[in-house]
Amino acid sequence: MSETSLTNDAVFAVLNTVMDPEVPVISVVELGIIRDVRVEQDTVYVTVTPTYSGCPAMHEIEADIRTALLAHGARAVIVNTVFAPAWTTDWIGPEAREKLRAYGIAPPGRAEPQGLITLTRARAAVACPFCGSHDTRLQSEFGSTACKAIHVCNACRQPFDEFKAF
Amino acid sequence: MATDNVATDSGATDNGAKPAAFSPAGVRVPVIQNPLFEYLLRLGDDRLILGHRMSEWCGHGPILEEDIAMSNIALDLVGHASAVLALAGTVEGRGRNEDALAYFRDGVAFRNALIVELPNGDFAFTMMRQFLFDAYSVLLWDALSQAADARVAALAAKSLKEDKYHVRHSSEWVVRLGDGTDESHARAQQALDALWRYTGELFDHDAVDDAVAAHGIIVDHVALKARWLGIVDDVLQRATLVKPTDGPMRRGGRAGRHTEHLGHLLSEMQIVARSHPGAAW
Repeated sequence: MSETSLTNDAVFAVLNTVMDPEVPVISVVELGIIRDVRVEQDTVYVTVTPTYSGCPAMHEIEADIRTALLAHGARAVIVNTVFAPAWTTDWIGPEAREKLRAYGIAPPGRAEPQGLITLTRARAAVACPFCGSHDTRLQSEFGSTACKAIHVCNACRQPFDEFKAF
Repeated sequence: MATDNVATDSGATDNGAKPAAFSPAGVRVPVIQNPLFEYLLRLGDDRLILGHRMSEWCGHGPILEEDIAMSNIALDLVGHASAVLALAGTVEGRGRNEDALAYFRDGVAFRNALIVELPNGDFAFTMMRQFLFDAYSVLLWDALSQAADARVAALAAKSLKEDKYHVRHSSEWVVRLGDGTDESHARAQQALDALWRYTGELFDHDAVDDAVAAHGIIVDHVALKARWLGIVDDVLQRATLVKPTDGPMRRGGRAGRHTEHLGHLLSEMQIVARSHPGAAW
């Protein structure tokens, strides 16, 4: 009873229930920010990488991870932060992308390697998550959170967020 | 708007450095005890102070989308500063974390370049300053991503991704303002003329830069400036703006000699932390 029965798989199962507070339809695992999990006796070590450097949700996420694991049998939780390799939206899988779209956020395209300075963003228009039209325009590369850009659909007139390729 | 007043050298420091020594020729030679710490302060303070300046626009942006963009950029910069200053505290080894370094140092201990502490002025001044800095910053992070110190290289590679968005945003504004109306063109040119004399300091190379080479941090400032000028020339040409001729450059921030503006900024930035030390929420 007193032995912690948490396996790595069990930890991941718990982390799969910890949602991104800003985008509550995908978990921190689906977001790709969980880089490593290790269980040693009663202590769970979780290594996370930040999405954006200044994302205020990172503190919230760390607290949520700790709370969830403590509630599922961990005696202590230690969350470490690593910066390399830098997080990329390419780590978000197809299922999570579909969840984003269904939630009304256009999923990220491939994070193309780009030159240091690209004055104008040369890329295909983002599909509207509501009507599917590609007749959309970028309103701003900075949106309601660090990870989103604002677009407007010319077809259905709906403004929408894009989880920007990063 | 920018003033040219530069605080006199007080020589005081709480960075743990000994007072400056004087060489036989009477040239001031600062004694650098921990060059990596000093280097990281420069890197972190540039972003902390510029991030704070950008945050002053929150709620005052010309349009809603721009207000949001400026707040996003401010957050990124403060995020970069936080990570760099945390590393600086570790390197210093005196138990100071990023908050201690941000909120409990006085102006003379700050190592930011003067350009980032200048008041925001109008929107053209803010965006022109941001562009001049962003273009420098992406090139610097790009160079630092090759640093042998893995901690520095990781922060550089991470920050570079975000700064690429910043420089696209600020350069687009420089073009839009410069190649816009007579009014926006005049203001953009005026901002550029006022800011130019503060750009030289970004590319200064001194004993700290020499000393951090031992940590595998090697930045060729001459090459960096040449690449920076290439970007600046390209954007200014698109913006129909005229690059000022190089005159005497204002400097001093890297040695803790700041304009009067830094003190005002710090009094606002630090007051909550100093009024309620140790407060958490």
